[in-house]
Amino acid sequence: MQDVLQASMKFRYFKQQVFFTVVRLSALLIALALGGLIAYIVVNGISAISWDFLTLPPTDSMTEGGIMPAILGTLYLTIGAIAVALPLGVVSAIYLTEYAKQGKFVRLVRIGINCLAGVPSVVFGLFGLGFFVVFLHFGSCILSGALTLGILVLPTIIGASEEALKSVPQTFREASLALGVSKWQTVYKIVLPNALPGILTGSILGIGRAAGETAPIMFTAAAFFTAKLPGSIFDEVMALPYHIYVLATAGTHIEQTRSIQYGTVLVLVGLVLGVDLIAIVIRSYVRKKKRW
Amino acid sequence: MLRKLLAVGLIWLIFGANLALAAENVVIKGSTTVLPIAQAALEAYTKVHPGVNISLSAGGSGDGIKALIDKSTDIANSSREIKDKEITLARAQGVDPIAHAVAIDAIVPIVHPKNKINGLTIDQLSQIYQGKITNWKEVGGDNLTIVVVSRDSSSGTFESWGHLVLNNARVTSKAQLQASNGAVVQAVSKNRYAIGYIGLGYLNTSLKALTVNGITASAKTALSKEYPVSRPLYMYTNGQPTGEVANLIKFVLSPAGQKLVAKEGFVPVTAEAKEKTLKKGKKQ
Amino acid sequence: MSRHLKETIIKGVFAFFSFVSVLTLVLIVVFLFREGIPIFKEVSVADFLFGQEWYPTYDPPSYGIWPLIIGSAVVTIFSCLIAVPLGILSAVYISEIAPASIKDVTKAIIELLAGIPSVVLGFFGMVVVAPFLQETFDLPTGLNIVNASVILAIMAIPTISSISEDALYAVPSEFKEASYALGATKHETITKVIMPAALSGISTAVILGMARAIGETMVVLMVAGGAAAIPESIFDSVRPMPASIAAEMGEAPFGSGHYHALFATGIVLFFLTLIFNLIADYISQKFKEVGSATL
Repeated sequence: MQDVLQASMKFRYFKQQVFFTVVRLSALLIALALGGLIAYIVVNGISAISWDFLTLPPTDSMTEGGIMPAILGTLYLTIGAIAVALPLGVVSAIYLTEYAKQGKFVRLVRIGINCLAGVPSVVFGLFGLGFFVVFLHFGSCILSGALTLGILVLPTIIGASEEALKSVPQTFREASLALGVSKWQTVYKIVLPNALPGILTGSILGIGRAAGETAPIMFTAAAFFTAKLPGSIFDEVMALPYHIYVLATAGTHIEQTRSIQYGTVLVLVGLVLGVDLIAIVIRSYVRKKKRW
Repeated sequence: MLRKLLAVGLIWLIFGANLALAAENVVIKGSTTVLPIAQAALEAYTKVHPGVNISLSAGGSGDGIKALIDKSTDIANSSREIKDKEITLARAQGVDPIAHAVAIDAIVPIVHPKNKINGLTIDQLSQIYQGKITNWKEVGGDNLTIVVVSRDSSSGTFESWGHLVLNNARVTSKAQLQASNGAVVQAVSKNRYAIGYIGLGYLNTSLKALTVNGITASAKTALSKEYPVSRPLYMYTNGQPTGEVANLIKFVLSPAGQKLVAKEGFVPVTAEAKEKTLKKGKKQ
Repeated sequence: MSRHLKETIIKGVFAFFSFVSVLTLVLIVVFLFREGIPIFKEVSVADFLFGQEWYPTYDPPSYGIWPLIIGSAVVTIFSCLIAVPLGILSAVYISEIAPASIKDVTKAIIELLAGIPSVVLGFFGMVVVAPFLQETFDLPTGLNIVNASVILAIMAIPTISSISEDALYAVPSEFKEASYALGATKHETITKVIMPAALSGISTAVILGMARAIGETMVVLMVAGGAAAIPESIFDSVRPMPASIAAEMGEAPFGSGHYHALFATGIVLFFLTLIFNLIADYISQKFKEVGSATL
């Protein structure tokens, strides 16, 4: 009887080893994919990076010079997107967590947010084109692009803000209200400051997302080449993701600009991953520091 | 929260204030074939006229013409003539498209340098692109499948090719559609099965150009119309151009501008520039 | 102003702001329909959806998007074949098997992977994977279904992994304890108790991963090849719907048949992803998911 039991246990542990190995391999594969991707980009792109590359505009049909207008354009678009999404998103999150009663309205809003999160980026591009560029006559410019990107990252900001607000202990609110503080003041002076790190993290992730998107800005803001830097929000801009796309597919000297393409990819990935990494670090730091 | 709102408001104010100080803008959109010319021209132009802000995009001739009709561009680069349908649409929007021919181009069929074939007839090209000839051995080459590389429908080069070679028959749905001349160069130079077509200015050593009906494409044969697949390149404007737009177009048509056209590998269109090209017997 | 009034006003304003998300969604639908419906004056819904020829710029044009739909379906299915196992297994790793120190690192890796812009992955697929495929297998082209599926899988894995991980984490520890008490090994606990308990969350994760793959634009634009034909092998090129829209949107003159056809394609794409999202939402609500959905 003991032998049978022993043998069956051995087999079960053997199955476990196989399973664990498969699981570990999957995780390893994913880590290698990320590592390989980044390594490849760094190795191929680092040779293009120089102070000139980052601060000069492109010259000679993009085969020489730098990508400064694209960096600036991405910056403008991202700031504009966050300027739109942050107030809207934080306020929506405050409403959903602090004020709303569970009911049909809230359910509808939540479904709306989830669905908005799932809309493909090219559909945002179509919408941005049809609504901001044509219908509202803004034309292809920073404003149209920033608005389109803003609604794209809105669900991210709402989600992160909600999580941050929810993580503030209920006891804080109760104590405040017990002291006679009005609801709004409770939110403004107690809940919000404590949720700020989480909201910040969410915004940073939103920045990363907005900076990297191409399809929404293809027809609403981006140009292949601008001779000067944008003078107003009604100008077209160059942008890092669009620059990569056009240099690699529509440019006049695709092979010769290859190192510039890699350099641009490195700058964009560095920007986005750097920003994401900051958010991750802030989040884990705050989590460890929390005294509740 | 209040501070955040203030900061946001400030940023928008700064943006808005810039509106008042905007320099004159020229927007150029359209053909990837004309792109090298447009880019070289605008780089040279802004050196002499630093006050002008020119922005350039290239999604294909169709993009440019559509933008002209939508009034979202000042100049539409096009490697084909505007279609009647488009003219009607434009007039309906109150736009009057005027064509300025800035260069002459030849569309050259290309293959991988290792391909044995040296030339094809228009009929063979047409059959290949319709998907009726599918193997290189049918036209005298090795036993390899033909991979048809074409441009997507926004391309003026695509339209011209369809018009001059295919006689408006449909390209096979199996064709690889590339977004630009540059992309076609990339695709064909790396693929020994492939055949593609590009503007004369995009020819380089990584490709092999085929003769069409026995004629090699060059500035000379394009001008003399010996080469059957040649077409003018246009810049379209809404009505007669004024201001900086007019200056820019004048520049492209000036001797300095036409020199840039030739430098990019195309055929100049003004009389004296043509003379110079023929005399030098430039072969691309 | 009385405190009560102030509170009510604030609540009202905030409620309105949060409604903007819904409003935006409604606006998107309205605009898609407004610009897309006119195509159905030229071609019937059935011909549009099931027509096999996409030649929108010829005279007379053909507006059949069936090859585009098939293209989308094929790359989604193949990318999920890769992404679903990897995503779920990595979630299992993070929540059950990884030692504490590695857990955070792995989570960070997956989050970083999620942050990589799609154009960068498309670039990588075009410039590295395509030539590799072409030379290794001696293919007519490296821009095909296999390439697109692999790259799309890289994009879908973080979605599937993080949502599955939340689901696994939410399984009450009593289940695990009961299983161990009955003498099960860790492996048996995971596969026979925890994963089935988290099944609704994992299904949600898979569905959202699929939605991500269908809707992805830049990757398929740069890597899938662009041939608007029904594929015969996994080494053929396809033209999924988002790629077609992005490639052709710039040239379709405002108000033309092509323009309306592209918006109509956008409607089809939008509703496909909407249905996926609603199903995922329904499943997670029905089984009261505790974890939060990440994008």
